[in-house]
Amino acid sequence: MTCFGKRYAMAAAAATVFTIGTASSALAVELEFYFPVAVGGAAADTIEELTEQYMAENPDVEIDAVYAGSYQETVTKALTAARGGKPPQLSVILSVDMFTLIDEDVIMPFDDLVETDEDQAWLESFYPAFMENSQTGGKTYGIPFQRSTPVLYWNKDAFAEAGLDPETPPATWEEMIEMGKKLVVKDDQGNVQRWGVRIPSSGFPYWLFQGLTTQNDVILANSDGNETSFDDPKVIESLQYLVDLSQKHEIMAPGIIEWGATPKAFFEGQTAMMWTSTGNLTNVRDNAPFDFGVGMLPANVRRGAPTGGGNFFIFNDADDEQKAAAFDFVQWITEPEQSATWTIATGYVAPRPDTWETTTMQAYTSDFPAALVARDQLEHAVAELSTHENQRVTTLFNDALAAAITGTKSPAEALAEAQQKADAILEDYR
Amino acid sequence: MHRREWVYGWLFLTPALVFLFAFTHYPAFNTILGSFFSTPKGRKPAEFIGLENYRDLVADEVFWKVLTNNFWFALGTIPISVALALLMALWVNGRLRGTTLSRVAFFAPTVLPLIAVANIWMFFYTPGFGLIDQFRSGLFGLPAINLLGNPDTVLGAVIVVAIWKEAGFFMIFYLAALQSIPPVLREAADIEGASSFYYLRRVLFPLLMPTTLFVSINAVINSFRLVDHIFVMTDGGPDNASSLLLFYIYEVAFKYWQTGYAATLTVVMLVLLSILAIGQFFLFDRKVHYQ
Amino acid sequence: MNLLRRRGFDFGVILNSVAMWTLAILWALPLLYAIWTAFHPAAYETRFVLSAPLTLDNFVKAWNAAPFARYFLNTFMLVTMILASQFILCTLAAFAFARFRFPGRSILFSLVLLQLLVMPDILIVENYKTIRALGLVDTIVAIGLPYIASGFGIFLLRQTFMSIPRELDDAARIEGCSFIGLLWRVYIPLARPTYLAYGLVSVSHHWNNFLWPLIITNSVETRPVTVGLSVFSAVDAGIEWSVINAATLMTSGPLLLGFLLFQRQFVQSFMRAGIR
Repeated sequence: MTCFGKRYAMAAAAATVFTIGTASSALAVELEFYFPVAVGGAAADTIEELTEQYMAENPDVEIDAVYAGSYQETVTKALTAARGGKPPQLSVILSVDMFTLIDEDVIMPFDDLVETDEDQAWLESFYPAFMENSQTGGKTYGIPFQRSTPVLYWNKDAFAEAGLDPETPPATWEEMIEMGKKLVVKDDQGNVQRWGVRIPSSGFPYWLFQGLTTQNDVILANSDGNETSFDDPKVIESLQYLVDLSQKHEIMAPGIIEWGATPKAFFEGQTAMMWTSTGNLTNVRDNAPFDFGVGMLPANVRRGAPTGGGNFFIFNDADDEQKAAAFDFVQWITEPEQSATWTIATGYVAPRPDTWETTTMQAYTSDFPAALVARDQLEHAVAELSTHENQRVTTLFNDALAAAITGTKSPAEALAEAQQKADAILEDYR
Repeated sequence: MHRREWVYGWLFLTPALVFLFAFTHYPAFNTILGSFFSTPKGRKPAEFIGLENYRDLVADEVFWKVLTNNFWFALGTIPISVALALLMALWVNGRLRGTTLSRVAFFAPTVLPLIAVANIWMFFYTPGFGLIDQFRSGLFGLPAINLLGNPDTVLGAVIVVAIWKEAGFFMIFYLAALQSIPPVLREAADIEGASSFYYLRRVLFPLLMPTTLFVSINAVINSFRLVDHIFVMTDGGPDNASSLLLFYIYEVAFKYWQTGYAATLTVVMLVLLSILAIGQFFLFDRKVHYQ
Repeated sequence: MNLLRRRGFDFGVILNSVAMWTLAILWALPLLYAIWTAFHPAAYETRFVLSAPLTLDNFVKAWNAAPFARYFLNTFMLVTMILASQFILCTLAAFAFARFRFPGRSILFSLVLLQLLVMPDILIVENYKTIRALGLVDTIVAIGLPYIASGFGIFLLRQTFMSIPRELDDAARIEGCSFIGLLWRVYIPLARPTYLAYGLVSVSHHWNNFLWPLIITNSVETRPVTVGLSVFSAVDAGIEWSVINAATLMTSGPLLLGFLLFQRQFVQSFMRAGIR
């Protein structure tokens, strides 16, 4: 009587499953590279193509490009991995998380890997606007890769309908209000069918809000990342302008506006203008059922926009071979040809002036001048909000903005509170 | 013989106990312990700071907001999903037409990952061209409403999704219980001339008490656990109006990396959970009528 | 059991029928909408025109945009591993509680019951530290470890085992079976409905689990479908509902299909398992 036979078989089966479970997650890779999937499918495919190309040219290096989710998720993943003892060797992470990464002691400055004059020249070949979030303490920690600025998209057909010149977007805050009012379309019951403008405020309202503050000539945080000016009167003014767009002038939908639904809303004619990242350019070009224009954000005291997007960071916890390979890869992928491929596929701004000089880019931009807008706006661009304990400070700032936008608190009140909380957190870093 | 039993008993129990201790009791204990320490930063290790984390907790207005939200969330989801579950079970168990399809419809949300359906619900809630607004403007000519972007309505919207997700699961328990009630009871009630409502109240309810107890405790646990959809739909916003305790713990622990404070928050959740579940158990225990 | 026969006239039946159908339709709406958008091109995401063209493009796009094949494999391995381990551990433990007398039995059982309340879902911070100390961050095993010893499973099986008549025990012992043999030949076969019911609950729960896998996995080789789906739908640009819904259907399809095929057994096994 076999009381035991089957039991051993079961145990063996279980053990096998267990082993498969552990073994298959230890596939050998040379370089692991996290990146955010930020612009739909095209970006991911392009990254894969580029990595394949690099590996073909460099057969001794194997790169595993890993989808890591949104920017927020990517930095969480990278830090989780680092704390878990298995960090990636390099990663594209939101440029503003630089201070956090330094504080957590997980990244190294690129200066340490620079050996030749060529390397040094390369390090200095990027647009200064993008380098503001990439350097601190005299060293460069991040290399710009998928960078952007927000731009204004407008529906030319809607403009024509409203009796406005379809080739001229609003250039100032006042113009945006005036034009917005003409663009609002209501149905017979008085319900709004089309709004004038749409500035999304879900998730990370601070980014587009920074456009407004820069246009109002005020900076939100210092370059050392340990002091904020959330309650500056000009900031309050900017927030009041944003709130008034829906509450006073009624050219924008009330409440928090969903970022993800914004392009769709634009295509559906629910809004005549929208503020969103230049990274959406290819998406809009492919899907807008009407003629559209792309322009710089309107000015108040001056033109202005924040920069945005991700930088390459190289992690500490890698051996010298890996670091050298990572460095080489980053240099390669930011070369004009590869950078052009990336830019054209996504709409992100090529971070080096010489990329724009290549024939590929020249051809592309003559065919599609909208791609130049973000680059031209760089002249007026400032660093994105970035401080120590960036996630905490940014979140409480976002909460304050949300409170004001939904009318729960007045702009002055919300911002004063935010400043107080930010001070409490940043005190330790002064 | 006894000694052998001891040995065997402990032997059989050990594998399970090892894992239980490692992943339930030890972490629970450690969480309580960890709440008295600060968060390690870079090279600086955690140091004992006594009740300071708790003082920070009391002063943290986001915590109170989150706690209040969780309270309303529990109040919204528990009674409604349990009641709906019973209603669904009663319907599906009866002789109406279309019970099979209805049963599938009610139970389907259970097998769908919450994180997946959150996307669908987000479309429903999108102002303007979302399904709800299309209904409202198409049928009633009402203006667009921003349910997720308004702090007054966002929690309600989140509650609806949770109820939709769990009611069907509880329905199965009630269904099983209903099907095991001897029909003779119903016949007896008929003979005595009792109305349907009387039958429901006086016979079914008491008999279903064990199931109701089981289902309610599950609902309580779920009211702390079901936070997946918040990641996709609102990210806790606007201004923490839809943030729940577990979601806040995730943010504090894995977004801000404040592990000391996260432990403190977890302790609060453990305490609440224990009080609610044990309290429920005692409350029902008197009313439960076991067969 | 028929609650509705009382009313002489069918008014009650009609009212209840309409109410049930309405609720059922409402309940099915999200799934129906997902099916609609998944099979139609993006332009029809918000327009419900019956003559819209059908397409499989969205599924193709979704499949290519993220390594869903790998995600499925991961989830399958995860769920299988968890189920197998749970069966073994919980069977042994439940048998010990049901049939053996040993000191500390009641205390240990209450500690087990505690797990029903203090679920691993809540102890994410500490469990993460434990997994890190074990060096298992970003492995499929790590996703399952906190769940292997299931208080619910032990509780259910103990109940079932306790209802098995002792005569069978004696009969088997006479034939010379050891305890393990007894388990294997008598108890486990008799507890089959419980295993089925519990298995279905476990598979469903772990297939859909999101937060813990999100925290503990980083790479494609370990990510289950839920995390994969959330990563996939995190677009900073615009949400492509048709593609996301296609992905959603893909990831929940197997479970849904399984449920459709086995719903009768599901309910029955719950009944016979004595969960009421």
